[in-house]
Amino acid sequence: MNTPADLRYAKSHEWVRMEKDRATVGITDHAQTELSDVVFVDLPKPGRKVNAGEVIATVESVKAASDIYAPVGGEITEANAALASDPGLINRDPYANGWLFRLKPTSAATDHLLSPDQYSASLQK
Amino acid sequence: MSDAVSESPLAPCHQAAGGRMIPFAGWNLPVQFSGLIQEHQATRQAAGLFDISHMGQIRAQGPGALACLEGLLANDPSKLSDGEGHYSFLTNDRGGVADDLFLYRLGPEDFFLVVNASRHKEVLDGLKRKEGPQVRFTGAPGSAVGMALQGPKAAKILAKLLPQGTPLPERNRISHANLEGRDALVARTGYTGEDGFEIFADLKTGPKIWTKLLELGKPEGLLPCGLGARDSLRLEAGLPLNGQDLSHEITPVEAGLGFFVDVGRPRPFPGRSILENQKKNGPARITIALRGEVGQPPPRHGYPVFFEGKKIGEITSGLPSPTLGHGIALALVNSPAPALGQLVDFEVRGRNVPAKVCKRKFLKNK
Repeated sequence: MNTPADLRYAKSHEWVRMEKDRATVGITDHAQTELSDVVFVDLPKPGRKVNAGEVIATVESVKAASDIYAPVGGEITEANAALASDPGLINRDPYANGWLFRLKPTSAATDHLLSPDQYSASLQK
Repeated sequence: MSDAVSESPLAPCHQAAGGRMIPFAGWNLPVQFSGLIQEHQATRQAAGLFDISHMGQIRAQGPGALACLEGLLANDPSKLSDGEGHYSFLTNDRGGVADDLFLYRLGPEDFFLVVNASRHKEVLDGLKRKEGPQVRFTGAPGSAVGMALQGPKAAKILAKLLPQGTPLPERNRISHANLEGRDALVARTGYTGEDGFEIFADLKTGPKIWTKLLELGKPEGLLPCGLGARDSLRLEAGLPLNGQDLSHEITPVEAGLGFFVDVGRPRPFPGRSILENQKKNGPARITIALRGEVGQPPPRHGYPVFFEGKKIGEITSGLPSPTLGHGIALALVNSPAPALGQLVDFEVRGRNVPAKVCKRKFLKNK
């Protein structure tokens, strides 16, 4: 399972890329494999404020709708518009073009999240 | 239900084929192999092979078998000729569905019932209480293999496995056949809306038949399919799932399946007078079919349904249709229900999404 080294991970299978004043969020390779073909996404609108751990989006396969939790808190700045017409990007390219939304984080702290090694280890259990 | 999970007799085949296993109705079963949508499309365009070993296979035998079944089942078993099968219900005193099943008549004193996994034990225990010198019931969970070969190429693939010259059964008929050297039952039935067969075999021969069918079907585009595709295929065909579209609290007439309830026959069955009244005067609730729009969130089980601003019922089954590209659903709503073509809403995550009342065979909607 692919777990890029420059990302932080939530136990609920989201990843976050922390940059200056910007956090990009998506779901992991493991999550997209478990969900199978994504056919619909519900993404938050820019301006919405969210706390870490809150449900902020929904990703749906034929089988089920799955909640997506915000790995860090902040204000939504952008949702990935490409997913509306091509939700399969999440399956094909989960860590790049399949990102879900961006937010301006309230804090740069990511201590509550898992390192790539910790996340990989959590999948072995 | 106990927490114990049984392995399908075909589990070693599924592990070899990379099936992702999940617990379902007390069984560990493959939810998907190559991918739900791919499996769904293979079944619509070529063929799919499904493990249905979890479904209960019950045999009712003896001179009193027919009379016993007549007193229990909503569709009249005496209408069946040898080798014929039909869809039927075990009902409770309120007309609700204890189980939906397929009943086959193998001979005048020999009947075969295929029941849901989740109800198998309850149904068999209930039948055993009616046992006597005139009728006996056999078929405990885990005692046989079942598989469904479905799709436009199913007949061609099965013909390769049958001894040369063996005729294929016609729609809704069942016959004995020699498969991999042993006697098996082959019925031309299924749960996908496609032509296809259900094959019932013993524990030893079943895995051989499964492996051989996959091998013979490969050049035709046959794929092993999981529970995921089974559910999306059955809903596109407008077929009900017990526990969602049918239950102890929902009658066959409310589920829109009154056609399979035969009320005008001499021998009563549980809930007959209630079902007779519902068929004559119309039930207080009725099942309608809904189609969503492309780009809108799909309907799901349990979502509330609104018509002209008022809640009228709930979605019983719903998902995004792989064939149609929009949501499809069955909903149980108050009667009189909105008519074909009228717009309703269903509520998804706090907002209302439009859907149109359509025909239940979703693929036949123009």
